[in-house]
Amino acid sequence: MSVDKATVARIASLARIRMDDAALERMVPELNGILAWVEQLGEVDVSGVEPMAAVIPNRLRLREDEVDADPLTGGGKRDDVLANAPVAEHGFFGVPKVIE
Amino acid sequence: MTDLTSLGVKDIRDGVARGDFTAREVAEAFNAAVAEAAALNAFILTTPDHALAAAEKVDAARAAGKPLGKMAGVPIGMKDLFATHGVETTAASHILEGFTPRYESSVSQKLWDAGAGMLGKLNLDQFAMGSSNETSYFGNVTSPWRKAGSNAAMSPGGSSGGSSAAVAARIAPAATGTDTGGSIRQPAAFTGICGIKPTYGRCSRWGIIAFASSLDQAGPMARSVADCAIMLGAMAGFDPKDATSLDMPVPDWEGQLTSDLRGKKIGIPREYRMEGTDPAILEAWEKGKEWLQDAGAQIVDVSLPHTKYALPAYYIIAPAEASSNLARYDGVRYGLRELPQGAGLQEMYAATRAAGFGDEVKRRILIGTYVLSAGFYDAYYTQAQKVRALVARDFARAFEECDAILAPTTPTASFPLGSMNEDPLTMYLNDVFAVPASLAGLPAMSVPAMLNPEGLPLGLQIVGRPFDEQTVLDAGLAIEERAGFAARPEKWW
Repeated sequence: MSVDKATVARIASLARIRMDDAALERMVPELNGILAWVEQLGEVDVSGVEPMAAVIPNRLRLREDEVDADPLTGGGKRDDVLANAPVAEHGFFGVPKVIE
Repeated sequence: MTDLTSLGVKDIRDGVARGDFTAREVAEAFNAAVAEAAALNAFILTTPDHALAAAEKVDAARAAGKPLGKMAGVPIGMKDLFATHGVETTAASHILEGFTPRYESSVSQKLWDAGAGMLGKLNLDQFAMGSSNETSYFGNVTSPWRKAGSNAAMSPGGSSGGSSAAVAARIAPAATGTDTGGSIRQPAAFTGICGIKPTYGRCSRWGIIAFASSLDQAGPMARSVADCAIMLGAMAGFDPKDATSLDMPVPDWEGQLTSDLRGKKIGIPREYRMEGTDPAILEAWEKGKEWLQDAGAQIVDVSLPHTKYALPAYYIIAPAEASSNLARYDGVRYGLRELPQGAGLQEMYAATRAAGFGDEVKRRILIGTYVLSAGFYDAYYTQAQKVRALVARDFARAFEECDAILAPTTPTASFPLGSMNEDPLTMYLNDVFAVPASLAGLPAMSVPAMLNPEGLPLGLQIVGRPFDEQTVLDAGLAIEERAGFAARPEKWW
């Protein structure tokens, strides 16, 4: 499978990365080079193989049902959370107007 | 007095404990060495006060007769992928420029608790995506090594290139690294130092800026195997804040370290004999077998049939996870915001990400977005995950016949900066020997073996069973003792 400029433009829009025509043109052969190369995975016989998502056997834990169990990741951290925001207003993240 | 910057982790820690010198003297010596080495561009930010404050705490604890930590008095470099409280953390990107975390990563916190101090935040490939340290927004890192008779700037490897350069140049006794597809081992090999990626889950990922979460692992980079064992012991351990953290005791790797390999079998994977591998690397591999045999190990041939598919599978899985992880950089919560005149929310996202990410990061986000998109998900992503299962199964079968695997770390020695940028694929191929162990989550280490005819270091890689960092370190020590690698870069900076 290979991609053309229109496809790259669509992916870039899905990924929310603005790209001008020149950037799209440059990206097409680069992505096609990589996609042609990963194509070889199609040769591998994977019948009966389960896709692997977690590599080391581990079980997911449930934490205690406790408010603010961890002082670092619990609640009450509004000012810390907002400290690095480009625009913080009235205790919230500020964004451009989304409704008229 | 000895030149304190020539000392490693163990010698500093033990010297401070004995009172041969103070932790403050050590921190001052390294702070000065860091300040002199700006030409390497190994650090994005230096934090001499952090190093001094940690040292003074250690000196005060010693004076008061209190027990000292595993890393007491050792100033280290911190890869700028670890969130550090009150200290700018950028992942070498423009989009996170100015980000000053209000929390500390679990691994760095453990190191400070063990008595280490921070010399500064080390440069890296942007978001750890790269194998040459040429994708940083803050400029390339230059290796302290040069080819014999040449002044060409060489790559320190990547993504932990600031870490490798700093440790090789003796401006830090040790540094943290992270390894997603070779980012500890390849730079260690390029710069003649040691580095170990432990079993996936050994070190907490909490507070490490995420690249590919099913692969990312932190580990130490230092100039000796023992130093790596000590520092890994300080970094590892269960952390409830990381859902994939291993809830297992941390072995005493340092205390149990031995180069006696009698009764151990070392596997040589035949599929790693690849076309295009530097003959000097093959020679180092042969030497490695002899050294391990000399240490009492038995050498056996093993097969890892899906080796050639590991790299393409990695370049689907890692970008897929990255495209998801990096969705958080949106100009709302932290870092850069680009808001063109009259732009709405969606345009702000797209403009921020266009301005904030470098080319390699964009390339990987686009690949990841594509392979996860409707219609292509099964053909690419599910297929890659199945191949990943087969790569892991290859290792599991090989480990029925051996206790660890010996292979080269990289197919070539370091290369000049700028020489591999024509085609992103050529750069990817550098990690061909490192990626399989990453996909399988296995502990793997690079140790220096020898110099090539051009005077550049070559590394050997040891891969172990899950949770068996000990055998990896032991085999590493056996190689280290026999290789007698004492070369160091001549100071030009």
